[in-house]
Amino acid sequence: MQQFWDFISYFEDSGLADNIRENDVLFPLIESVHVLAICLVVGSILVVDLRLLGLASVNRSVTRVTSGILPFTWSAFAVAAASGILLFISNATKYLGNGYFVAKIFLICAAGLNMAIFHGISGRDLPRWENETVLPLPARLAGGLSILLWISVVTCGRWIGFTMRVH
Amino acid sequence: MIDLGLSEFCKWLAATSLSQTIQTTGWIIPALQTIHILSVAVVFSSAILVDLRIWRLLERDVPMPEVARRFLPTVWPVLLILLTTGSLLIIGEPRRSLLNSTFYLKMALLAVAIVLTAGLQRSISSSPNSWDRNRARRMAGRFAASVSILVWCGILFAGRWIAYTQAG
Repeated sequence: MQQFWDFISYFEDSGLADNIRENDVLFPLIESVHVLAICLVVGSILVVDLRLLGLASVNRSVTRVTSGILPFTWSAFAVAAASGILLFISNATKYLGNGYFVAKIFLICAAGLNMAIFHGISGRDLPRWENETVLPLPARLAGGLSILLWISVVTCGRWIGFTMRVH
Repeated sequence: MIDLGLSEFCKWLAATSLSQTIQTTGWIIPALQTIHILSVAVVFSSAILVDLRIWRLLERDVPMPEVARRFLPTVWPVLLILLTTGSLLIIGEPRRSLLNSTFYLKMALLAVAIVLTAGLQRSISSSPNSWDRNRARRMAGRFAASVSILVWCGILFAGRWIAYTQAG
């Protein structure tokens, strides 16, 4: 555990973290990039989720929807994660002490796990049913769960701003 | 003079019972902001996905009119949710936005984005077949798509910046 806190304070005490903390423009700037990227992640993954639920893009197969949208989603996620890490190291100890931040991280992991389970287990026989409008229950569950998880991620993110004073 | 009138209006708005309720119930403002951001995610992503398709950066195998039909109609009802949550946020904290030039910048950019998106939607649906073939139209489309990307990003930046430029 000590090693974990040493690791955290190594980043929090760095010159980079200090700059983000102290500079009046840098923090809001990175925060804006973070919000922008999260909006693209949530909005684009919704396209896939609605297809899994059979509510949109139903005239296209699941694979055609995912191969068209997910590369874009992953690029946006990379930007969201990188900007998120920069915001995090500027006040790491405070963020780790905030329940909404910790919940947000777990919810993002849950969303990743949900996706991995779909691709690895419930989607293994995808070619057999991916052209149907109404997909098998596990696929619909994955889509519904993904929507709920991402709504919760955004909710926790917004609540961090109201429960923790950074400036 | 105008500032004084606006300031008086903010004072009046903040004293209304609706504003009082929003101000004194702690969870209302973060909840409204959360709904607002989720709606922004839908509108922004829809616009950007169509813009990137115009640049042929994604969904190249799908005809342009189909991409526009899939994403653009969603923008309008969700904009109504944005208008509602945005208005309630202003009623709850009038000075935060109405006395803030960043807010007016956001509204101006929003007006441009609405005109661009409506124009794009109309132009694609009125002549669906010429879109991918006609060269002049393609160039005009790429120009409009680039402006649209910049303007939507500007709206999101201005939105976040309202919190940092509000009057004391």
